[in-house]
Amino acid sequence: MISVECKHTKPTQYHGALDLAAAREKLRACSGKQWWRSLEELAGSPHFEELLHREFPRYASEWADAVSRRGFLKLMAASLALAGLSGCAGKPKETIVPYARAPEELEPGKPLFFATAMTLAGSAIGLLVESHEGRPTKIEGNPDHPASLGATDVFSQASLLTLYDPDRSQVLTYLGDIRPWAALLAEIRVLLERQRLRRGTGLRLLSETVISPTLAHQIRSLLSEFPEAKWHQYEPVSRDPAREGSRQAFGRYVNTVYQVEKADVIIALDADLLSSGPGCLRYARQFARRRRPQPGPATMSRLYAVECTPSNTGAMADHRLPLRASEIETFTRTLALAVRGVTEAGALLPYAAWLGALARDLLRHGGRSVAIPGDYQSPGVHLWAHVVNYALGNLGSTVIYTDPVEAEPVDQTASLRELVADMDAGRVEWLIILGGNPVYNTPADLAFGERLLKVPMRMHLSLYQDETSALCQWHIPEAHYLEAWSDTRALDGTASIVQPLIAPLYNGKSAHEFLAAFTSQPERPGYDIVREHWKTQRPGAEFERFWRKSLNDGVIAGTALPPISVTLKPAWSSALPIVSAVSAKARAQEKAAGDPAPEGVEIVFRPDPAVFDGRFTNNGWLQELPKPITRLTWDNAAMVSPATAQRLGLTYRIDSTGGEHGQVHADVVELSYRGRSLRVPVWIDPGQADGCVTLHLGYGRTRAGHVGTGTGFNAYQLRTSASPWFGSGLTLRKTGDRFPLACVQFHHNMEGRALVRAATLEEFHRNPAFAHELGEEPPSSLSLYPRYKYQGYAWGMAIDLNACVGCNACVVACQAENNIPIVGKTEVMRGREMHWLRIDTYYQGSADNPEIYFQPVPCMHCENAPCEIVCPVGATVHSAEGLNDMVYNRCVGTRYCSNNCPYKVRRFNFLQYSDWETPSLKLMRNPNVTVRSRGVMEKCTYCVQRINAARIQAEKEIRLVRDGEIQTACQQACPAEAIIFGNLNDPQSRVARLKAEPRNYALLGELNTRPRTTYLAAVRNPNPEIEKAEGHGS
Amino acid sequence: MGAEGPRLPTAAERRRPPVIGPGHTFATVTDKISTIVLTRPTTPGWLAGFLVSFSLMMLLFYAIGYLLLEGVGVWGINIPVGWGFAIVNFVWWIGIGHAGTLISAILLLLNQKWRTSINRFAEAMTLFAVASAGLFPLLHLGRPGLFYWLLPYPSTMGVWPQFRSPLVWDVFAVSTYFTVSLLFWFVGLIPDLATLRDRAETRAARILYGILAMGWRGSAMHWHRYQTAYLLLAGLAAPLVVSVHTVVSLDFAVGIIPGWHSTIFPPYFVAGAIYSGFAMVLTLAIPLRAAYGLEDFITMRHLENMAKVMLATGLIVAYGYAMELFMAWYSGNTYEGFTAWNRIVGPYWPAYWALILCNVVIPQLLWFKRVRTKVPVLFVLSLTVNLGMWLERFVIVVTSLHRDFLPSSWGMYTATRWDWAVFVGSMGLFLTLLFLFIRFLPMISIFEMRELVSETEAGSSD
Repeated sequence: MISVECKHTKPTQYHGALDLAAAREKLRACSGKQWWRSLEELAGSPHFEELLHREFPRYASEWADAVSRRGFLKLMAASLALAGLSGCAGKPKETIVPYARAPEELEPGKPLFFATAMTLAGSAIGLLVESHEGRPTKIEGNPDHPASLGATDVFSQASLLTLYDPDRSQVLTYLGDIRPWAALLAEIRVLLERQRLRRGTGLRLLSETVISPTLAHQIRSLLSEFPEAKWHQYEPVSRDPAREGSRQAFGRYVNTVYQVEKADVIIALDADLLSSGPGCLRYARQFARRRRPQPGPATMSRLYAVECTPSNTGAMADHRLPLRASEIETFTRTLALAVRGVTEAGALLPYAAWLGALARDLLRHGGRSVAIPGDYQSPGVHLWAHVVNYALGNLGSTVIYTDPVEAEPVDQTASLRELVADMDAGRVEWLIILGGNPVYNTPADLAFGERLLKVPMRMHLSLYQDETSALCQWHIPEAHYLEAWSDTRALDGTASIVQPLIAPLYNGKSAHEFLAAFTSQPERPGYDIVREHWKTQRPGAEFERFWRKSLNDGVIAGTALPPISVTLKPAWSSALPIVSAVSAKARAQEKAAGDPAPEGVEIVFRPDPAVFDGRFTNNGWLQELPKPITRLTWDNAAMVSPATAQRLGLTYRIDSTGGEHGQVHADVVELSYRGRSLRVPVWIDPGQADGCVTLHLGYGRTRAGHVGTGTGFNAYQLRTSASPWFGSGLTLRKTGDRFPLACVQFHHNMEGRALVRAATLEEFHRNPAFAHELGEEPPSSLSLYPRYKYQGYAWGMAIDLNACVGCNACVVACQAENNIPIVGKTEVMRGREMHWLRIDTYYQGSADNPEIYFQPVPCMHCENAPCEIVCPVGATVHSAEGLNDMVYNRCVGTRYCSNNCPYKVRRFNFLQYSDWETPSLKLMRNPNVTVRSRGVMEKCTYCVQRINAARIQAEKEIRLVRDGEIQTACQQACPAEAIIFGNLNDPQSRVARLKAEPRNYALLGELNTRPRTTYLAAVRNPNPEIEKAEGHGS
Repeated sequence: MGAEGPRLPTAAERRRPPVIGPGHTFATVTDKISTIVLTRPTTPGWLAGFLVSFSLMMLLFYAIGYLLLEGVGVWGINIPVGWGFAIVNFVWWIGIGHAGTLISAILLLLNQKWRTSINRFAEAMTLFAVASAGLFPLLHLGRPGLFYWLLPYPSTMGVWPQFRSPLVWDVFAVSTYFTVSLLFWFVGLIPDLATLRDRAETRAARILYGILAMGWRGSAMHWHRYQTAYLLLAGLAAPLVVSVHTVVSLDFAVGIIPGWHSTIFPPYFVAGAIYSGFAMVLTLAIPLRAAYGLEDFITMRHLENMAKVMLATGLIVAYGYAMELFMAWYSGNTYEGFTAWNRIVGPYWPAYWALILCNVVIPQLLWFKRVRTKVPVLFVLSLTVNLGMWLERFVIVVTSLHRDFLPSSWGMYTATRWDWAVFVGSMGLFLTLLFLFIRFLPMISIFEMRELVSETEAGSSD
């Protein structure tokens, strides 16, 4: 029994279940290729057979109709398949044929929502996936899931495109030739027998971080069968330093979960807690909830950030201190000393005053503060952060420790090193690579690819035929997480069942199914494997209910790891030993820190905010996603500080062909680091620490696919296993070449215009309406036309600039919801990207350490819309609910509206950007949104399709649309709840209340456009002590 | 006749060259002009010029073909610069198209006799310029096949154009202007077509010119009605000279973009249009009179008068530039101020300064009679003004758009080779039509020149 469940979150609620066990049994019983035309035939339905005989008794003639007989049957098959097995083997070829027999609980045009979860880098986000007639079309967060709380990140949003990526591996291959699954099974059987004799001495398993309880169980049972075999885990973006830091502090691996909401003072130690890493969505929400200043007593938290390269967290910080990555350990240790009362600590450091003020602030908020170390920092930073939290009494209040979430927490670099040594020594006979792309993403010094070839038998399970697949004899196409059953765990250990939304598009296998091939039940479906595992966990009669509820909720109740109490090693828990242990070393390092560039330039590696570690390189949505702050697309670059750039004579040129919004020609440098070199363009990044170069991982792939191959520069070529995240000894050499980078915003200066309005908390308390005084606000009577009275709904949006962390989730959510095409690097360089929603980023202050502000800009839906007046054909018109509607059918493409739009939110299809050809991409599209053609203007609609659906539903139920019933796609994705949409005519609605707040202001309100989208001004909460020292306004 | 009449000319008249060279009679005028069309063989010069123009026109058609195939994305336009060369060229050509009607209609109404020898080809130039201009609004549409949605036709869906949009006003203004200009030109041609018919040497030419002459017999009644109709048409056409470019300027002035949103635009655009129109007439007249030996008909007097018109309109335009800058400062508006400053020192500063040089600085030479009467210098000057006026439109369209309100959206615009192909190709179209015109129609009005001869005689026999 395959069970598909829906979620109780949308007005449309359905339960669907279909018994197809018979069909599966029949299929399993057959040997060889069995072509079947429909599930009914497969199941041997008598009705179908009768149909078969009656319809074409003699010969299989084609109907003269446009839809051929075969085509028709395929349609039937597809429809049925989609209805039942959440789409077994089904891509509908057409959509016009109705269901002959409607599947239960599926109404065409009514989406269903299923709960599932996506695992990334050792942590999961719970999701609700929208399914239209069996096709997953949109991914939303699961409000019940602790890592999501209803929000999503860019990766989960964009994973939908990966599912439908036509470049995904589609067939099982042996040395490049197509092979049936049975051939692989036969091979495995032979190899297994050989290994069995030697207890698996030559067998190695390399996986990414495993958190799936079922997969861990499968691996362990395999290992118990082959005791000499070894299981290695490696992921390029692993949390080794965090694990190692916890081991040093507590003597064991410990998982840390923060309660950011409870913290009055937060210090992020090179930690981008708000937009990357496990729990970022949860932390962003908790953080934002403490950042909504109201006139009255202060409740706003204060965020300090110390970091080497500007991150979203640094941008949100009230105080940001740029330090080289290597200096952060000194900083943290000094801070640990300072909060333990060793006040003279760090007196020689250049940032002593800053640190002292921070320490005093933290001490004032003992138990209500938190120090958060970055995942890509040294174990030492983690260790000292534990000490700080311990000293401040934060354990148990803002810092919760649990057992590790990973099934088998290991030092992954060490694990990989051991594997490579074994491969090099010829001890590995058979390497099974479960996902991942080690040939591409392992540190360069290990020469993984070279050594891999010493392994006689190599098998690779992977979504793509990638760099690793090319070096493996066997390549097994992997099922996407939306295609396969699995389970996973969130940052706090909460388990979820990963429920497929569609049958594998390309006959992919999940890791579970692949591992099943090593057991006595090689054809065991993933569903059975996962279910069986949980049955052993929850034995008893209640299992069915438990299973259904877990599927339905998207979380398994009671699986969150309980808080554990750990004790800091005595060496760290008392003040005196700390001082003696570190003072000598600290003094030496302090001296060094005073030096301008002690050991040459430092290199820092970071996962890319868009393509992560390279697994999303072929995902066009992510490639074209402007990276936070730099707003680069399609490439990575070496981030250098303005001062460093000046010292090395590195510049850029806004070329005559392109320009600030599109194309920047950057100097190419040759980075030499520990005997390896890489040519890469530089990006001058204000706020970057001097003397360090940040390089993002995930680019420069050679076998990514049509979208990703050849974009960017491969940072892994410089990465070493000894110091995977940063290291000194980098030299830069200017090559004299230039490289065009596609950048959607190059001008980050507000030019003295009150676009993002900001004040300090103190100023806000003194004058809550400060935002109104920064710009002119014409009276509403200032129009020749009589004012329109909105009788029913009046939709509007408020965006809280104090909450927005600039994570980009809204941008990808909008792209997915509204069928927004990608245009490619060349077109972005011409200034033609299509995003309906963009996150403008502005700097304020000095180039060395600017304040950074994010401003999401969708369509403003102006009541006096400049675009509407100038359209000669009335293709953009105002609705009775105040929407600025775009009528694609009517648009002739004069682009006058875009010229006249002061916000430049309109996007034009200069060429045919939407892909009308690729079949798999057709399945992905939101059926409720037009796919635009060439020559047509488009823009944000406030997700009018969602508004209409909710209005229709409300009208059927003879009621008004409830507040919060309509969430725009951007709003729904936002982890920080920065975007609120609703009915302005309802004074009780959330949006109306937000707009009544004194912080609310209209962007370019002086133009009398009367925008429906307004902003809540940013309020920063600086520490007066630091503020004074720095001199206000710098 | 001529200068040696019994009446002593006044000092002013003596300094002023005549509007028609000395020694011409009815017959010489008719011969001189009609032989260009009827008897003189096709000259190699004409052929070469025509071939070059024709190749450029073919380039235009090729570029249009590619454009229609691929979409307007082949051009350099983007967001924020949604309009590029297409609109620049449109405004430029429309501006050029102003001289013809101005010369024919307004100078006719003002009884300026010197207009006679240049009005015909100035009108033709107007038509061809407007035809070239008219291409661009069509081509720049994202979906050019649907251009007719801008027209108020009884659609089954009951949808009308959106009449508040200046683009709809444009449709009316330009099409009206084209129609009236065409009529005016054609009506003006009728007596001359009859002359050609009567003098034609081949049967085909006789039939063709005969049809076009619409039965003109030159009776007194014909002449009477003709004069009335022509005057009426001139009266109709005169306001159009002002209205067309006013409406075109509203395309910009109605927008809220800094650099566009300005009340000075209508008069300043009209002056600019006349400025460029006269510059183009000069550009064409100077080589033509040399090639066809028409120095007697297009005399220094004409050239000088046109130079004076250019000087006058150029000063108005300069005043417009000055006022734009002044208002940008005086209004205290951040955005206006920035746009002005950005034009001067921003990335497009070469275009702005070249425009000032071409339109304001260099034309000041026209204050000097020595310059006005030196034909090659005048020719170069006219080219300068043409270039300057094109740059002016480029500056208005591109520099206003490329950096408007939100610095996050600032961008740059660069023309692609297809932009250039269409631009250069449109000149090809214009020149091809012009070459055909001078080959097949009398480029100077024969009958009006004859009138001029008689009037000059009458004047001198006084």
